[in-house]
Amino acid sequence: MSEIHPALILLAGGLLLFALPTTPRRIASACLPVLGFLNLLTIAEGTLWHITWGGYELTVLRADRLSMLFGYLFHLAAFLGAIYALHLKDRLQIGTGLIYAGSAVGAVFAGDLITLFIFWELLAITSVFLIWARGGERALRSGMRYLVMHISSGLLLLLGAVFYFLNTKSLAFEHIGLDKGYHYLIFLSFGIKCAFPLLHNWLIDAYPESTPVGTVFLSAFTTKTAVYALARGFAGEDLLIYIGATMTIFPVFFAVIENDLRRVLSYSMINQIGFMVVGIGIGGALGINGAVSHAFNDVIFKGLLFMSMGAVLYRTGRMNATDLGGLYKSMPWTCACCLIGAASISALPLFNAFISKPMVMQGVANMGAVGIWLVLLAASAGVLHHAGIKIPFFSFFAHDAGIRCPEAPLNMRIAMTISAILCVAIGSYPPLLYNLLPYPVDYISYTTTHVVLQLQLVFYGVLAFAFLMLTGRYPSEQPSVNLDVDWVYRRALPKGIRAIARTGGPLIDAFFNGGKALIRKLIAAIRTQHNNRGLFGRSWLSQSNVLIAIIFLAIYLIYYF
Amino acid sequence: MNHSEERPHIFDNPGNVRRLILGFFVCCALLILTDLIVHRHLTFAEGALPVEGWFGFYAIYGFVACTLIVMGAIPLRKMIMRSEDYYDE
Repeated sequence: MSEIHPALILLAGGLLLFALPTTPRRIASACLPVLGFLNLLTIAEGTLWHITWGGYELTVLRADRLSMLFGYLFHLAAFLGAIYALHLKDRLQIGTGLIYAGSAVGAVFAGDLITLFIFWELLAITSVFLIWARGGERALRSGMRYLVMHISSGLLLLLGAVFYFLNTKSLAFEHIGLDKGYHYLIFLSFGIKCAFPLLHNWLIDAYPESTPVGTVFLSAFTTKTAVYALARGFAGEDLLIYIGATMTIFPVFFAVIENDLRRVLSYSMINQIGFMVVGIGIGGALGINGAVSHAFNDVIFKGLLFMSMGAVLYRTGRMNATDLGGLYKSMPWTCACCLIGAASISALPLFNAFISKPMVMQGVANMGAVGIWLVLLAASAGVLHHAGIKIPFFSFFAHDAGIRCPEAPLNMRIAMTISAILCVAIGSYPPLLYNLLPYPVDYISYTTTHVVLQLQLVFYGVLAFAFLMLTGRYPSEQPSVNLDVDWVYRRALPKGIRAIARTGGPLIDAFFNGGKALIRKLIAAIRTQHNNRGLFGRSWLSQSNVLIAIIFLAIYLIYYF
Repeated sequence: MNHSEERPHIFDNPGNVRRLILGFFVCCALLILTDLIVHRHLTFAEGALPVEGWFGFYAIYGFVACTLIVMGAIPLRKMIMRSEDYYDE
C-alpha cells in the first residue's frame, strides 16, 4: 500500500526537472510518468485519504474505477508526451508539461470540491506556459485569453462549491445534478473546460498557437479532466445530450474551411468531446462506459494526430494546408503514423474509436432519440471528412509543395509509433480497455452489422470527398482567418468600448476613478477588518474569506478586460 | 537533397493514382452490395427508424452527409472568412 499521492510524483518531479542539466532531465522526464504509474498500481480501489484543513475535512484521494481509469490514462499521456519532448533543450515545456499532467491526476482523484478547485486552477496556470513557450506576441495574447477563461472557470467552481457547502453542509464531490440554481455554477465551470458551444473558443484560439510539444500535452489533459468531472457530477442529465450533439456537429463546418491544420484538429477535438458529453448525458452503464472509453481512445488518437502535425511543423515550420503537400516523400514514417491516427478517429474497424464511439450511438438508439442519432451519424461522417481525410491529405499528399526535409526526430517517431500501436491494439482487442471501464461491459463491438455499417459510412464519406475533389467542387484551401465566437471579445467588445470612450470619455474617467476609489475603500475596510478586532483578524472564517477572494478575483478579471 | 535527382515516388506516377482511385471505387461497389447478402441488425428498436434497415442506408447517408457538410461550409466561409491579419490591425 503506497503512502504517496498519485499526483505527487509528477508534480514534484516536474519541479525537479527545472533544476536538472539536459541529459539527466531527459532521462528523468521519461521515467517520472513510469514511476507515477507504478505508484498508482499500488493504490487499491476504494482507497480514501482525508486531511483536515481549517476545520474542514478534505478528501485528497478517492480511488474508484472511474478515477483510476483517468489516472492510468493521464500517466500514459504524460509518458507519450515526455518521449515526444525528449529532443527539447529548454526545460520550461517538459517541466510545466509534467506538472500540468500531475494537476490533471490530482483533479481526477479529488474527492471534494475544494481539492478539485485547487487542481482545476493549477491546470490552468501550468498549461498556459505551454502556449507562451511558443514565444511572440500572438502566443502571449492567445495565452492571456486562455488564462482568463480558465481562471473564470475555476472561480465559478469555487463559487458553486461555496453555495453547495452552505446548502448541503458537505463538500464531497459526488453526483451533483441540475436540481438547484447554484448547481449550474459548477456545471458552467465544467462546461468552460469541456468547450461547450459558445464557451469553446479558448480551445480553437490557444491550442494551435502552442509549440509542437505543447499542443500534444494540452490535447490530453484539460478537456478530459472536464469530461471526468461531468461524468462524476452530472451523469444522466438530459441537457448534456443536446449540448453534446451540438458540439459534434457545428465544428465540422468550421473544420472544412479552416486552413491551419492544428486548428482543424482542435475543431475535431470539440466534435469528439461532443460524443463523450452525449454519452454522459445518457448516463447508465452504457453511456458512461461509452463516454470514458472514448475519452481514453481520444487521448491516444488525437494525441497521435497532434504529434504528427507537430512533427510537420517542427520540420517545415509550416502548418497551413495551403503551404503543405507531398510530405509523404520526406516524412514517410510520420505519414504512416498520421494515417493510423486518421483511421482511428474515423472509427474504422480494428482501430480504437470503433470500439468506443458506437457505444454512445447505441445508447442514443436505446433511448429512441432518432434526431440526435441522425445528427451524431452525420457528425461521424463529418469527422472522418476533416480529421480522417483532410489532415493527412493536405499535409502528406495533395499537390507536392516541394518541401524536402528530414524525417521527424527519432524520439517523436517512437512516441508516434507507440501511440499508433495502442490505437490498433485497443481497436483489435477491446478487452484491453473494456476491463478497465467503470461498469461491466455487455456490449459487443465486433458484429457483422457493426463492421459493415461502419465500413459503408466511412467509404462513402471518402467517396463524397473524392467526388467533390475530382469534380472541382471542393472549396479550395485559402490563407485566412475564420471568425468564431472570439470575434465578440477580440473585435466587437474592444471596438464598442473604444466607441463609447470617444463619446463618453469623461464618464469613463469617472467610472475608472470611482473604481479606484472603491478599491481604496475596500482596502481600507480590509485593513480595519484585519486588525485584532477585525472580522478576519479575530477569528478564522474561511467561507467569508473565500467569498471575498472570489469578489476580488472577479474585479481583477473585469479590469483586465 | 536535390529535387531533380530525386527518385520518383509512388504517387508521382499518375497511373498509380488512377489505380488507387479505381481500387477504391471497386471497394465501394462491393461494400454496398454486401447489403444484399448480409442481414444487418437494427440499432433502434423495431419500428423506431425502419429506414435504417433499407438497402444502402449507411452508404447513402455517409455520402450525402459529407457532401452537405462541405456544401454547407461554402456559404459559412462567405460569412466568416477574413484576411489573415484581421486581428492584428
